[in-house]
Amino acid sequence: MSSATSHRAVPAPQKLRESVKQKSALPWLTLPALFFFVVFAVLPLIGVLALSFANWDGIGAIGVAGMENWTSVLSDPELYNSLGLTFMIMIVSWLVQTPISLLLGVFTAGTQRYRAALAVLYFLPLLLSSAAVAIAYKALLDPNFGLAMGLGLPFLAQDWLGVPQLALGLIIFVIAWQFVPFHTLIYQGGVRQIPKSLYEAAQIDGAGTIKQFFHITLPQLKYTIITSSTLMVVGSLTYFDLIFVLTGGGPGNSTRILALDMYLRGFRANLMGPASVIAVILVVIGLALALFLQRLGGKDQQGSQLEGM
Amino acid sequence: MWFLTGEPNQTTMQKAVDAFGSANPDNKIAVTYFQNDAYKTKIKTAIGAGQAPTIIYGWGGGGLKTYADAGQVEDLTSWFDSNPDLKNKFFPSSFGAATVDGKIYALPNQYVAPIVLFYNKELFDKAGVQPPKTWDDLMSLVKTFNDMGVAPLSLGGQSRWTSMMWLEYLLDRIGGPEVFQAIFDGKPNAWMDPAVIETGTKIQELVSADGFIKGFSSITADSKADQALLFTGKAAMMLQGSWTYGAMKKDGQNFVQNGKLGFANFPTVAGGKGDPKNGVGNPAQYMSISAKATDKEKDSAKKFFKDGIMTDTVIDAYINSGSVPIVTGIESKLDSSPDKDFLNFVYALGKDAPNFQQSWDQALSPTAAEALLNNIDQLFLKSITPQQFAENMNATLGK
Repeated sequence: MSSATSHRAVPAPQKLRESVKQKSALPWLTLPALFFFVVFAVLPLIGVLALSFANWDGIGAIGVAGMENWTSVLSDPELYNSLGLTFMIMIVSWLVQTPISLLLGVFTAGTQRYRAALAVLYFLPLLLSSAAVAIAYKALLDPNFGLAMGLGLPFLAQDWLGVPQLALGLIIFVIAWQFVPFHTLIYQGGVRQIPKSLYEAAQIDGAGTIKQFFHITLPQLKYTIITSSTLMVVGSLTYFDLIFVLTGGGPGNSTRILALDMYLRGFRANLMGPASVIAVILVVIGLALALFLQRLGGKDQQGSQLEGM
Repeated sequence: MWFLTGEPNQTTMQKAVDAFGSANPDNKIAVTYFQNDAYKTKIKTAIGAGQAPTIIYGWGGGGLKTYADAGQVEDLTSWFDSNPDLKNKFFPSSFGAATVDGKIYALPNQYVAPIVLFYNKELFDKAGVQPPKTWDDLMSLVKTFNDMGVAPLSLGGQSRWTSMMWLEYLLDRIGGPEVFQAIFDGKPNAWMDPAVIETGTKIQELVSADGFIKGFSSITADSKADQALLFTGKAAMMLQGSWTYGAMKKDGQNFVQNGKLGFANFPTVAGGKGDPKNGVGNPAQYMSISAKATDKEKDSAKKFFKDGIMTDTVIDAYINSGSVPIVTGIESKLDSSPDKDFLNFVYALGKDAPNFQQSWDQALSPTAAEALLNNIDQLFLKSITPQQFAENMNATLGK
């Protein structure tokens, strides 16, 4: 009782002032984060934007180019080839990875021992760096000295990285192999957060496993799906290391995606201006896609979320 | 100083640096080693950021010109003039790629590395054939070996500069060295020369005849898989740099030691203008001094250039690893080597060739070189015609 009275004894205006003071301290707390964001994200972005209007070989003096870089890149068929490939890899990767990681996530969310053991195996690729993955696959797939010849399975001895369509398909496969574990982990977490009572209620209503999956698990995972998709889609804009080591953009230009195109123009051909143009295009596409996917999640509060279940 | 990883050169360089360091305790040189492809990117970035090492290792030509134009490397002309003994020590031909606008910006060093047509003698004996003297010989050998179930030519096509070697030689044999000289000078429409188109056509004929091993476009030269194909008898011939000799000697399970590795000049083309003795490849490797270094660092580097880099020990080490150092007066040393046949062959190619063309990707500017490699890749895949190849490259003239 005494504490309650002492609370009441505090004059109201002072309390208000205190909370105002607390609020005014908050912006200061964001300063360190803001500082790093400005130094490592905003400033380089402005730099790239400026460079996209400049002539620079990376070594000599920087000169003004005006719109020259933009017109030359935008009229270059190579840009549209790269854009097409980037979106192709993005869409196919999403179509391949989402169902697999969703199902694996639901599977590994179960509490049985063998599922936990399998989950550990599934997560192994997550521990490897992209370069290591690429080098390993490259050695395994070598048409003359690779796994196929070693095991005496000639039908596997395709020229995997030398035929344009095969190379593209293979890259999508390796990307999936590497990233499915990560998304499985996200879905596993999502599934485990779904309240048991929903399934119990469904069971009482006589819904089977498949019905439960489509009517409870999937709708409840809506935000998890959006998070995972955003990571997949925006992440696919930056696939670089894996493709760079596996094919270097070849054969020809058949796996030269936008991020790789940017690197080759900038650091191989010494054309920092046009490379910056592509960097700006990448940033715009990435932001637009992320915004679009967030919108998809949208204002509809009914579909999922635990409040008010 | 930065240098490249990979034996035997890494050990040779480290020993040279150590010896120089203990003889000149005040001018010690520290070396960091990088893998070849990574180095090419790193050195460019470091020079651009003003953080280059004192000694800049490279391949001369277009890359060196970029540095010289940006004022990032020291002009060594007067220094060479005051050290005539040093200048006369090297093959005169090795200075070409070190010279920009009449000024010398780099010290030639290491060895001459022409591109050589290697072949597997065992397979040639089995087929009862001789190495090709003409392009027609080569085309008929392609058929012979394909019928035998052996790939005619090994090629690490994913590396792209390997495919480029074919174009370099073919264009020389068909049109003579003048055609590329015009391209190098940036003359208008130099790439549209009919010899370029014929070169591209011949390449695509060779690809269509299954001249190159199946899957060549996914084989890399860095992994030495192309060499392995030759010495394991899966492919009969390989056009590669002379530096692969040492590597094959080391990795090839006595393939080289047992005399099974043959080598020949690139075949001639009927009606072609190029001298069959002309060579292509790297005339030498180069070292420049960063303009950003302090005076003391520059002096140390010059002292190292003069006393440390091409000592007798180093020269012997290169000869032992199957390379021909770019110094004059080494005939007797080459003759006493167990690899004397190959060394004399390379020596003659480097010294007596009427024209020794520097590798195109090194001679041209980095911008043009990247476009070149990309278009060559597509030419070999037959995704562009020789005409399109010439047009695409023509657009890069002067860039």
